[in-house]
Amino acid sequence: MSKALYELTIHEALAGMRRGEFSAVELTQALLERIAQTDSQVKAYLTLTAELALDQAAAADARRAAGDDAPLLGIPMAIKDVLCTAGVRTTCGSRMLENFTPPYTATAVRRLAEAGMVMLGKTNTDEFAMGSSTENSGYFTTHNPWDLDRVPGGSSGGSGAAVAAQEALAALGTDTGGSVRLPAAYCGVVGLKPSYGRVSRYGLVAYGSSLDQVGVLAKDVRDAALILSVMAGRDDHDSTSMPAPVPDYAAALTGDVRGLRIGLPDEYFIAGVQPDVEAAVRQAINHLGEMGAEIVRVSLPNTEKALPVYYLVATAEASANLSRFDGVRYGFSAGAGSILENYRESRGQGFGAEVKRRIMLGTYVLSAGYYDAYYLKAQQVRTLIKQDFERAFEQVDVIACPVAPTTAFRIGEKADDPLAMYLSDAFTITLNLAGMCGASVPCGFDAGGLPIGLQLMGPHLGEEVVLRTAHAYEQATTWHNHWAQPVAINV
Amino acid sequence: MHLTIDEVRHVAELAKLRLSEAELALYAEQLSAILDYAESLQQVDTSHVAPTPYVLPLYNVMAVDASAPSLDNAVALANAPDKADGFFRVRAVFEE
Repeated sequence: MSKALYELTIHEALAGMRRGEFSAVELTQALLERIAQTDSQVKAYLTLTAELALDQAAAADARRAAGDDAPLLGIPMAIKDVLCTAGVRTTCGSRMLENFTPPYTATAVRRLAEAGMVMLGKTNTDEFAMGSSTENSGYFTTHNPWDLDRVPGGSSGGSGAAVAAQEALAALGTDTGGSVRLPAAYCGVVGLKPSYGRVSRYGLVAYGSSLDQVGVLAKDVRDAALILSVMAGRDDHDSTSMPAPVPDYAAALTGDVRGLRIGLPDEYFIAGVQPDVEAAVRQAINHLGEMGAEIVRVSLPNTEKALPVYYLVATAEASANLSRFDGVRYGFSAGAGSILENYRESRGQGFGAEVKRRIMLGTYVLSAGYYDAYYLKAQQVRTLIKQDFERAFEQVDVIACPVAPTTAFRIGEKADDPLAMYLSDAFTITLNLAGMCGASVPCGFDAGGLPIGLQLMGPHLGEEVVLRTAHAYEQATTWHNHWAQPVAINV
Repeated sequence: MHLTIDEVRHVAELAKLRLSEAELALYAEQLSAILDYAESLQQVDTSHVAPTPYVLPLYNVMAVDASAPSLDNAVALANAPDKADGFFRVRAVFEE
């Protein structure tokens, strides 16, 4: 049974190119054909860079012919459209940046490009990464390849859908409150959110600067590990990037969880979790136990406070970060009368509803008289949430729980109720507040055939143990061999 | 907690956002609901808890004090909505 080229994982594609079975140009053409077939329905891409991709693929083939074997040489990937790409339009899913072409490239993207990546295009996102469904994109909503009437999750929904529909071998996303792990779970692919500081944020358009982190959506854990090894590490352009050495993450994938202690937090198995989701996640944890891991109950008592903390901290940071969009240096300008009028009009017209809502909330909680009651209070409770994890990771190596309370919801289902939408992030935002790392790995399907994600959480810079656990589980199960069929039969 | 339209209008002015009357009314309602939800934090005793604005144990990260090439003027201005003579052009801040 031979796979089509677009169906390959990165490590399979690299092996094929090393053996001379196909070229990077052929591989890239196969992906571009796949995109042409399926993306009119999935709508993962905001901008396709087909010509550039074929040029990069030809350059990769030339490098390989000259004896180069860089870790991502000739691998076609998609990039979330909140990461700056020099010469390629970067919209952040916002009308504000409809015509913005960055003068420089984000460090994470640059490192992948230097390692030989071929960029297929830029993927859809909730505007400025604010959302859980891509419905807040200023352009269109991406559809879940498993059920086109449902959301792919967000905010990196374009990246999740592109990987799930096999329109890219892997994709970069970003995760401020779950924006890599949620679409990974909803789309049935692997999602990796590295620890805060592990990957440079230079060139990532800022949303919540103390929470944002570049992450990976991939077909399997080995591919995610490979990409992280390339893009992690200290960057002089980001003073919050950690100087810690970057291990070879693929070397951590031993397939063995014997002796690992895996924590089971009561606070993530609560009323409101879809029964199919709870059952699949519990079964996955039992499976890890049968494979030799020790399952230990742990408590993260401040979990239910994380959502309000997140929506005060993230919006406060967002309101400051998005003040840069003033209609003067770049982005949409309304061309209105006075300088103040032009600020108000450019921002009022250029931003969408959710972005304005979050700027308003963030401005309010930072405003005179409310700072202590909301913003400072939230930062103090954030300390308690972080301490919960620090205590738990004294007892266990990894924590296992659901990524989200439900599987993918219907497009439009939560569009008018911001609080209901925010609840989809209840199980993912905790890690961002604590700065720790985590992954989503497929662990089954609900009764309607929609994918379910197992979340594995690790301590700060604990990516190796998270990846090791995720890989061992993945290789012991077959969920990663199931693929969506997004093309309607009668098309 | 219920935000009045005037309070929302004040916040919009702080944020330099032009909002329609309909948006002001909608945000008054939605922000009130979100702030009500956040009220649960007031029950947490944080009298002896330091805030966490930032999670990393990094302080005073220094850059090498060396010059390096920066963006070319034309490149830096390429996305400007309005420019003149190598500068961003803005409306006058002070009335004549």
